[in-house]
Amino acid sequence: MDINATLIGQTIAMIVFVWFCMKYIWPPLLSAIEERQEKIAEGLAAAEQGELRLEEAKAQAGEIVDHARKQATGILDQAHARANEIVAEGKADGVKERERQLSAAKAEIEQEANRAREELRGQVSAIAIASAEKILRREIDDKQHEDILGKLAQEL
Amino acid sequence: MASEGGHGPQTTSDYISHHLQNLQVCKDASGEWVWNHCAGNPLTINVDSMFWSVLLGLLFVTLFRRVANKSSADKPSRFQAFVEIIVEFVDSSVKDTFHGKSRLIAPLAMTIFVWVFLMNLMDLVPVDWIPMAAGAAGVPYMKVVPTTDVNVTFGMSIAVFFLIIYYTISNKGVLGFIGELTLHPIAPPLKGPGIIAAPFIIAFNFILESVALLAKPVSLSLRLFGNMFAGELIFILIALIGWYQLPLHFGWAVFHILIVTLQAFIFMMLTIVYLSLASESH
Repeated sequence: MDINATLIGQTIAMIVFVWFCMKYIWPPLLSAIEERQEKIAEGLAAAEQGELRLEEAKAQAGEIVDHARKQATGILDQAHARANEIVAEGKADGVKERERQLSAAKAEIEQEANRAREELRGQVSAIAIASAEKILRREIDDKQHEDILGKLAQEL
Repeated sequence: MASEGGHGPQTTSDYISHHLQNLQVCKDASGEWVWNHCAGNPLTINVDSMFWSVLLGLLFVTLFRRVANKSSADKPSRFQAFVEIIVEFVDSSVKDTFHGKSRLIAPLAMTIFVWVFLMNLMDLVPVDWIPMAAGAAGVPYMKVVPTTDVNVTFGMSIAVFFLIIYYTISNKGVLGFIGELTLHPIAPPLKGPGIIAAPFIIAFNFILESVALLAKPVSLSLRLFGNMFAGELIFILIALIGWYQLPLHFGWAVFHILIVTLQAFIFMMLTIVYLSLASESH
């Protein structure tokens, strides 16, 4: 248990180790730890920000979906209205067409009837003339009526 | 067990004293280097203490240096994480106690903690393994726990002692250092008739404060030495029992894990406290 020169040797060894630790071990280790602490803090902040942005994006997406839904309903309503319009238009067109055709048919019928009437009239007059001729032939005496006939011929 | 010690110790007391004997080298009176006949020679070197303490110091330095070289903030390896736990533990201990700015204190504290811990840890190696292996290799003595050598603990506490003086002087000046030694705890009267008593009071203060100052390194080293020496001695006594030592040895080893860590921590903490006292003004 004597005190001897080992004491000095140990003191020197300790000085060397402490110096080495101070110079080459402690600073890089501590800087690595501090760097990591900074990175973790940054990462946490970034995560928080990301969450915030996600929330914003979610709200935005909801808005867009709402808008689209409204638009879709509008389009649907418009389409319904247009369809109704088209149906109504078709109905109106049909009615018009029917009336047009009806009136055309009526006009044709009338025309035909008129034509037939004219024809009949012609035929009736021809028959009347013919029958009048026959009657007249029996009764007319050429001599008696020669003056009239002569006059007629003269007029012609 | 005692009789198995190869060449040498036969009785119980021989066995114990053999285990407590350092491997020593010194120059004798005729100028020759001699081994193990060095009692009373102040220039003796305890080869085993120096060898193990330097070896463990190198182990600490190389392991930590490798980690420091490869240290990355992004993806620490497991060992780096382990080293960083120690670094952060030491760093927070220093920051809690030492409020000045110093590049030295934290690395000093870590070196002390890890190095003393490793040296203490050698206590858990069964007491006969290394001495018997050394004996088989022809080395007569081998004390493997450097902190059971009072020279080793004193060597470290003396370095701390000089640091205390250095910090006191660099923070308070030479006059402040002298004042700290002489003007406490009783303030000497500087005016009036009481000034006659001042030299006596200063002398009294000086004796008291020098003892207090010297007590710091002495208590620091003797606490560590005493704990480790006692622990080692109990391991040796347990080893004497024979085969029934195993449960006892196990129990004492488990308890000793606590002492090993605690003593390393106390040495580190007291160093920080002493140095922070030295650099703080009252």
